[in-house]
Amino acid sequence: MNVEEIKNDLLKHVPGLELTVEGESFIVPKEKLLEAARFLKENEKYRMDYLSCVTGVDYLAQAARLGQPGQAAVGGQSELASGYLESVNHLYSMEKKHGPIVLKVRVPRSDPRMPSLVPLYRGAEYQEREAYDLLGIIYEGHPDLRRILMWDEFEGHPLRKDYVEEDQDIR
Amino acid sequence: MSDTAVHSQEPQLLEVSIGPQHPSTHGVFRMNVVLDGETIVKLKPVMGYLHRNHEQLAENMSYLASMPYTDRLDYICSMTNNFAYAMAVEKLAGIDVPERAQYIRVLMAELTRLINHTLLVGFLLNDLGAFFTPTLYAFREREKILDFFEATAGSRMMCNYFRFGGVKADLPAGGMEQVKEIVKNYSRFLDEFERLLTSNEILRSRCQNVGILSKELAVNASITGPILRASGVNYDIRKVDKYSIYDRFEFKVPLGKVGDVYDRYYVRILEMRESIKILQQLLKQMPEKGEILSAKGAAAAKSPRMWKPPAGDAYGRIESPKGELGFYLVSDGSPKPYRYHVRPPSFINITILEDMCLGQKVADAIVILGSVDIVLGEVDR
Repeated sequence: MNVEEIKNDLLKHVPGLELTVEGESFIVPKEKLLEAARFLKENEKYRMDYLSCVTGVDYLAQAARLGQPGQAAVGGQSELASGYLESVNHLYSMEKKHGPIVLKVRVPRSDPRMPSLVPLYRGAEYQEREAYDLLGIIYEGHPDLRRILMWDEFEGHPLRKDYVEEDQDIR
Repeated sequence: MSDTAVHSQEPQLLEVSIGPQHPSTHGVFRMNVVLDGETIVKLKPVMGYLHRNHEQLAENMSYLASMPYTDRLDYICSMTNNFAYAMAVEKLAGIDVPERAQYIRVLMAELTRLINHTLLVGFLLNDLGAFFTPTLYAFREREKILDFFEATAGSRMMCNYFRFGGVKADLPAGGMEQVKEIVKNYSRFLDEFERLLTSNEILRSRCQNVGILSKELAVNASITGPILRASGVNYDIRKVDKYSIYDRFEFKVPLGKVGDVYDRYYVRILEMRESIKILQQLLKQMPEKGEILSAKGAAAAKSPRMWKPPAGDAYGRIESPKGELGFYLVSDGSPKPYRYHVRPPSFINITILEDMCLGQKVADAIVILGSVDIVLGEVDR
């Protein structure tokens, strides 16, 4: 299972998919995330039935411009040039015992909405809640998108790179 | 007084908040439970009481400075936490690990597995009402392993022992004898433990067919570790990834059939027996002398605040005693990680707590939570 092979299979089976390969990860547009994940989960060859790790990364504008892992796709999607949030999903197969296939989705910081993977993988439930809580990524279609680690009244998202601690002057 | 409540056909539901200061929640963890009589109809876990934004702390310090913080995730298994973090950084920076250090690492990881599973069985029996006899037996055995950890790493629980590309110090004089003694006596202790517990009628009637987790749901909900295997899914990262030197040892992956609390208990007992087998083979194979830190790793340890891995991202994972423990790191080429994420097994394993508890009695919820094996330092981070 090499990157080229997965890429070709994805392009063949998910119509209209625009795919960028970066190292060993695949960057898919948010509209096609569910379709791509469903293909990988249900296809006999891949059977990626296990969603291991779901998380997000906040790339500010400077980081997106500095030779960050992310530059290539930024060229294509101009609204991401001013910084973006990236959701990282590691898929493995428990049945075939291979993996990982890394699916990444990038959304602009001003409108951080992307589809939830919970309809396909229950395992995303708490992890997406955590990413919503700490990074402010809004997962559409999540059954219960609430804060999970911070308290409900908390404002802001502490893992964003421009987050300012309330009591920063006290130190 | 109105008598409508007595005669009404509506079920009288009762909301109970179990925790956060409850001895059976294994830490500051709360379950909001809705009861119909004694039967659970709804259960919502509430967590975050111990949250300290571990990930942001790590993003504001050098790579090596996070190592002691990983001890405090799952504070029972600091060695395996170190292991997973070191693996992720080694993958990120392409650092190799010398032979003897690999053996020491596996030695520590398997001893940690013994500690974790022994303690878990003790605590599970606490939850069942067998107060402290099994737990103290477990503590007695754990103490011997902790003595060895202390002699080697300088600390009993917060070991901070692994370094990128190796380990901090070589085994002390007499360390090997200590391990040999532990390995020699551990099966006898397990026999004793099992005589007390495995066929005990109370344990069986409280655990068998309680909190059944189906194979399909377990896979779909990303459950890992002994709970997954108790449901009959053969997935052990030591076998799948063959990381470190696990391909040099012969061991089986014990599987359950029913997926109930009893299977989770028994799979852990069997896993300990397999760990002892690994340790026996390890003691025979381990080279007497050798490097414990590779050259690249030594450079990283020498000036940690200046050390920079190349830009990129990496995900390193191991089979920790509780399941898949992974670290996802993004480097921007500076001395601090740009993104540092922990994939904690106990946090994800309680995703299906409600599914396992629905239709069970409230007393069973405590046992089911006990069998999941959570540590709140890791759940809340």
